[in-house]
Amino acid sequence: MADSKPTVKNLPIAGIIFTPGSAKEYNTGSFRSQKPILEAKLCTKCGMCWVYCPDGAVFVNSEGMYEVDLKYCKGCGICVEECARKAIKMVDEEEM
Amino acid sequence: MASQTFRSIKEVPLEEYFTPGHRACQGCAEAIAVRHVLKAAGRDVIVVNATGCLEVVSTPYPYTAWAVPWYHVAFENTAAVASGIESALKVLRRKRLVADKKIHVVCFAGDGGTADIGFQALSGALERGHDFLYVCLDNEAYMNTGIQRSSSTPYGAWTTTSPPGKVKPAGQMTYKKDLPSIFAAHGIPYVATATVSYPLDLINKAKKGLDVEGPAYLHIYTPCPPGWRIPSEKVIQVSRLGVQTGMFLIYEAEKGHLRLTVKPSRRKPVAEYLKMQGRFRHLSDEDVEKIQRFVDERCAKFGLPPLEAST
Repeated sequence: MADSKPTVKNLPIAGIIFTPGSAKEYNTGSFRSQKPILEAKLCTKCGMCWVYCPDGAVFVNSEGMYEVDLKYCKGCGICVEECARKAIKMVDEEEM
Repeated sequence: MASQTFRSIKEVPLEEYFTPGHRACQGCAEAIAVRHVLKAAGRDVIVVNATGCLEVVSTPYPYTAWAVPWYHVAFENTAAVASGIESALKVLRRKRLVADKKIHVVCFAGDGGTADIGFQALSGALERGHDFLYVCLDNEAYMNTGIQRSSSTPYGAWTTTSPPGKVKPAGQMTYKKDLPSIFAAHGIPYVATATVSYPLDLINKAKKGLDVEGPAYLHIYTPCPPGWRIPSEKVIQVSRLGVQTGMFLIYEAEKGHLRLTVKPSRRKPVAEYLKMQGRFRHLSDEDVEKIQRFVDERCAKFGLPPLEAST
């Protein structure tokens, strides 16, 4: 018997999930057909991409710049529309 | 926690309590709204979530996108469960079994779970005066099950159960139920409406609603790309146009004192808002005019300026 998958005997009752925020293990990046590319030169760090990202995929990196986490970005394009400086562009996944 | 309001978006904490990896559609405005409400609430919060889009996308077993305690309840008893949790916390605090600090209780429900199914439970909880924040994420139909009309669907909208045809050319033939006014009539200390295109306003309202003693109701307009038939990147624009045309009135009522928090200086014609969305594509000019008249009347009641002269 393979014991890699949980069975009804060792699953917690009532569907309780004990790890908070475990959805992080699930990469929603595969939803995407186009990805956002940020041009750092144009960015004024206004943070609007971070505010409006539905997936929380935009984060502030160690240099204080906004960066898109492509593991989770679903490619909705809101950041591109809302960027006042037009610093973000959508490119097809296959390019780059 | 100090009850200061955030003055700029830079002051908003970076921590995410609604983590990435949830399976909402591309451009889901509900996810934006939930992220910000939880940022306002911080760590000490218990979330009660009615069935609906939010519950389905955030917790596909065995994953959860919530980094805070979270309950999934049925459509109809969100407010009842929140009342129970709030009362239990009171008792536990009295018996010194939990830390003596404020633990917020927040309910999230869709417009179906608020306007239709969860209505009486919420009305009862507001009347009993439990201390919790109820957030209604209004995407104007039952999007979770495939775009069926709810009583929050606006006049003229296409949904799968209000299709435009020969008999009913406008699609949805009734007007949107005015939920914030109904709950304000319960005499609760805080009622507010917000939308995702004004995030700072939204966060501050959530914060105010949490800090207030007694029940608070926050109504958030959340455009839905598949249900409203809009491209995912236009969500924020549609939401902003909703405010600028007067379709969404963004106000707060603190102890009965009403104040518009986002006041468009010049109001745009509703046609601009309607034509961006595929669900209003079938509308005739008369119908658009009818909606315009309805919006004008409502805006006049709230003291918004009249429509600018048509060009």
